[in-house]
Amino acid sequence: MLTRLFPDPLTLAAVQAVVAGLLALLVALLAWWMHLRMEKEIIIALVRGLLQVIAVGAVLLFIFQGPTAVGFVILAAMMVVAAQMSAKRAQGLPDAFRVSLYSIAAGSGTIILLMVALGVIDIKLTALIPVGSMLLANSMNTASLAFNRFRGEVLSHVGHIETALSLGASPRAAVLPYVQAAIQASLIPRVDSLRSLGIVWIPGVMTGMLLGGSHPVRAALYQFVIMAMILTVSATTSILAVLLISQRIFTPAEQLILRSETEG
Amino acid sequence: MTNGPLLRTEHLSRRVGDTTLVHDVNLELYPREVLAVVGPSGSGKSSLLRLLNRLDEPTEGTVYVRGVDYRTIPPRELRRRVGMVMQFPYLFPGTVADNVRFGPRQRGIELTDDEVDALLQRVGLPGYGQRDVARLSGGEAQRVSLARTLANQPEILLLDEPTSALDEAAKAGIEELLRQILASGEFAAVLVTHDLAQAGRLARRVLIMEKAHIVRSGDTEEVLRAYQAVP
Repeated sequence: MLTRLFPDPLTLAAVQAVVAGLLALLVALLAWWMHLRMEKEIIIALVRGLLQVIAVGAVLLFIFQGPTAVGFVILAAMMVVAAQMSAKRAQGLPDAFRVSLYSIAAGSGTIILLMVALGVIDIKLTALIPVGSMLLANSMNTASLAFNRFRGEVLSHVGHIETALSLGASPRAAVLPYVQAAIQASLIPRVDSLRSLGIVWIPGVMTGMLLGGSHPVRAALYQFVIMAMILTVSATTSILAVLLISQRIFTPAEQLILRSETEG
Repeated sequence: MTNGPLLRTEHLSRRVGDTTLVHDVNLELYPREVLAVVGPSGSGKSSLLRLLNRLDEPTEGTVYVRGVDYRTIPPRELRRRVGMVMQFPYLFPGTVADNVRFGPRQRGIELTDDEVDALLQRVGLPGYGQRDVARLSGGEAQRVSLARTLANQPEILLLDEPTSALDEAAKAGIEELLRQILASGEFAAVLVTHDLAQAGRLARRVLIMEKAHIVRSGDTEEVLRAYQAVP
């Protein structure tokens, strides 16, 4: 119906946004009516989301006209921000920012370059930036999960780790079970989403391509490519992040740093 | 080999931030000797023990093992020679035999079944090798922990409240086992305990620790008598 009234695609999109926004405003009304005390928050979130996403669109419009190199610069900047964010999940883990930067850069960076070189990701900015940022975001989430789990495992097994050290084990051997547990835990969401692909959900890329009128099988295959890349990126990031951080929680004299000081 | 002390600390201290955990401890441990360190919880006795196998770093002073500054000994070698038994057994998941083999395995040595059996025999658990550690009682677990430390053939044993996490019945059993092992004369030992009577039963000499300081030291019986006189 709207398509016939507004033949210009940009106007159409704006009208669609207004319609969806109005529906969401009904939710705010409902929240007010049910005394959920969320109506203000919902309205602010709606306006904020709209403005942010338009801003990003405008920036992308500008960037897409630039040279390919711009894409790599942007992805590099995103990596630094991603590293900062996941380092926050590593409270108490020494040198966390550098470790997460190295592992995110190595994990997502190498895969992005490899995929661009092989032609799996289009060198065009319209593909490089969104696909690259998607891989980066997954890399970041995995690093956060891995740090968080590793920290928890170590803190709850201080006695076992120090017992192993006391028996003459190397720091590497003493933390091995917790390194494995952290890597494993951080990859569960990736493996699960690959396993449920298409059955429980039709993810973003495929949805987008279908909306854009692509052949469904082509859209499905490309979605699989993305998911497989995400798994590879996540695994590389997680393994690197945990291995690097596990070396840093010991002093050169092979004493565990990450623990609350005990006395007796 | 010299006749000097097996272990000697020199101005041994550890401070973390503003808290002094151990202050200026000078002690000597001679071959076959059992030295008890007694004090209330928080007095720094466990912190002192952790300095002796360098699980923590002294902020001042150092430890000499057979006259050698322990900072020049590789940590893994040091910790094999100065074995520790903790308050909780902290067994690794798996079988009893896996746990007993852990220490030597770190150096590429695989204990034979007979060697494992002999160690288990020694701690009163003959034939326990294939049991899952998850199914052991507290006393049994502490015995396995002791066998695991003995498997490393240490020269010195550090015993950190080895009976305080156990129920009364198991406590007596473990104490008797420790008495036998220490009486064998194979090891010198430092025993940390909050129980002065236990120190009296296991050690000839005792150090009393309070607020990170050694406040008294001497023959266990004399110290016991002095403390019994003053309620």
